[in-house]
Amino acid sequence: MATLHTRASARLMMAPAVILLLAWMIVPLGMTLYFSLLRYNLLMPGMESFTGLGNYVYFLTDPAFGTALANTLLLVGGVLAITVIGGTGLALLLDQPFFGRGIVRLLVIAPFFVMPTVSALVWKTMLMHPVNGLFAWIARSLGFAPVDWFADLPLLSIILIVAWQWLPFATLILLTALQSLDEEQKEAAEMDGAGAVSRFVYIVLPHLARAMTVVVLIETIFLLSVFAEILVTTNGGPGVQTTTITYLVYMQALLQFDVGGASAGGIVAVVLANIVAIFLIRLIGKNLDR
Amino acid sequence: MARAASARRRIAFTIIGWAVGFLVFFPILWTVLTSFKSEGTAIAIPPQFLFFDWTAENYATVQSRSNYLRHMTNSIVISLGSTLLGLLIAIPAAWAMAFSPTRRTKDVLMWMLSTKMLPAVGVLVPIYLLFRDFGLLDSRAGLTAVLTMINLPIIVWMLYTYFREIPADILEAARMDGASLGKEIVYVLAPMAVPGIASTLLLNVILAWNEAFWTLNLSTSQAAPLTAFIAAYSSPEGLFWAKLSAASTLAIAPILVLGWFAQRQLVRGLTFGAVK
Repeated sequence: MATLHTRASARLMMAPAVILLLAWMIVPLGMTLYFSLLRYNLLMPGMESFTGLGNYVYFLTDPAFGTALANTLLLVGGVLAITVIGGTGLALLLDQPFFGRGIVRLLVIAPFFVMPTVSALVWKTMLMHPVNGLFAWIARSLGFAPVDWFADLPLLSIILIVAWQWLPFATLILLTALQSLDEEQKEAAEMDGAGAVSRFVYIVLPHLARAMTVVVLIETIFLLSVFAEILVTTNGGPGVQTTTITYLVYMQALLQFDVGGASAGGIVAVVLANIVAIFLIRLIGKNLDR
Repeated sequence: MARAASARRRIAFTIIGWAVGFLVFFPILWTVLTSFKSEGTAIAIPPQFLFFDWTAENYATVQSRSNYLRHMTNSIVISLGSTLLGLLIAIPAAWAMAFSPTRRTKDVLMWMLSTKMLPAVGVLVPIYLLFRDFGLLDSRAGLTAVLTMINLPIIVWMLYTYFREIPADILEAARMDGASLGKEIVYVLAPMAVPGIASTLLLNVILAWNEAFWTLNLSTSQAAPLTAFIAAYSSPEGLFWAKLSAASTLAIAPILVLGWFAQRQLVRGLTFGAVK
């Protein structure tokens, strides 16, 4: 009796969250799927017609799609490489005892709390400006020609900005994992004569592997949706040099008002994200059983 | 000998650590410094680091020219509103899953997580059209609703991981001692649940404050929070470095302080309990 009662009330307590999330997922996604099969442009109201997979063919054969896919992969891959390697280094550093370590840790994690539009604009103007920027001044002081970041290396510039924002996340998670490492194991290895490098390769790195996987998967989910940094710096340009899948869909939807094409693109983005999500869900699910 | 070596090592790491920390933090420091310069000093070459005429006029200008306080208020209303609404929906759900788990609880949690992985562009078009038809574009209510939904899975998950750590036996013990349901909640459950709820609140206010896909796409002026307001500084002719810096400093300062308090919860919240 009691269990039946609790079970019923448990269902009731979960209902609002479950129903809302279900609606949030199914209604818009269903609409996107439906729109993706229509010829539908907001500039030509009343002209909607069924076109089957026409929008998908159009989206996938658009030369911009190939570039956008490559840009997306470069952006995600570049940021992941910088944050995982840099984050490991920073985590190892912050794991050492030194004076003022707590304050340094606060300084290192700070970029994560800066809103994307602020960090993108601050980097673009005050640091990367080819004439008045700080980087240009440093380059000239050292006798080099300053780099015109957003004209010559637009995608790299965005990668650097986004990497700066996500470096704290990787650092913090890897540091947390590092601190759960058994000290005795390290000491035992040290006594057995293992050097710093082999201790790192054979003890620390395997211990960090799971945390690294978590960092890679979660960052990928967020990085596939990088948007604000592109909007306020390059608008996807020059040409389509910094257009990602997310940005391409945005342009099609809110700049060209092509509802059908943008919806097809949205579905493509969902499929791409799902490939990553499956791995992540499995990993977290495994952890839940422990 | 050994002690001297370890002291030297400590000093070396102190120098390296502070140098690296300074470098990573530098863009933020530079923004704060620039906000106190005149526009001329802000773009001066060589750059002026500390010895310039400090002025607070940018802060006054930013407020008088663009009604900064309105956007600040929007940010506060939207981030706090969406978080509180999310907690209201999530607390019962997380509670039920933590204390009366069924065979399907894990599947429900996993499914909730999967909704978070839905890329925003996948639902941009219908949400935009629905908002347009219901008059929700550029409204605080609309943005609050969207942010509630996108952060709801994280809120449920975080609360679940906290609630799961509350020993269920303690409830029974209280019941045996003759505590009524009301007393049980006030004296036994609340003290154990509040820290977890507070951490969840903190992290989600931060996430909502910095959210910059929906806020940029669904607001223009009236309801624009700080993310969207700062984006307006991206037009080339409107680029005033000192004023951009003043607006940015005000936009990030409160959340940076909250973030420093929430650093431990950050790991737990954003990895869905996978790393603690």
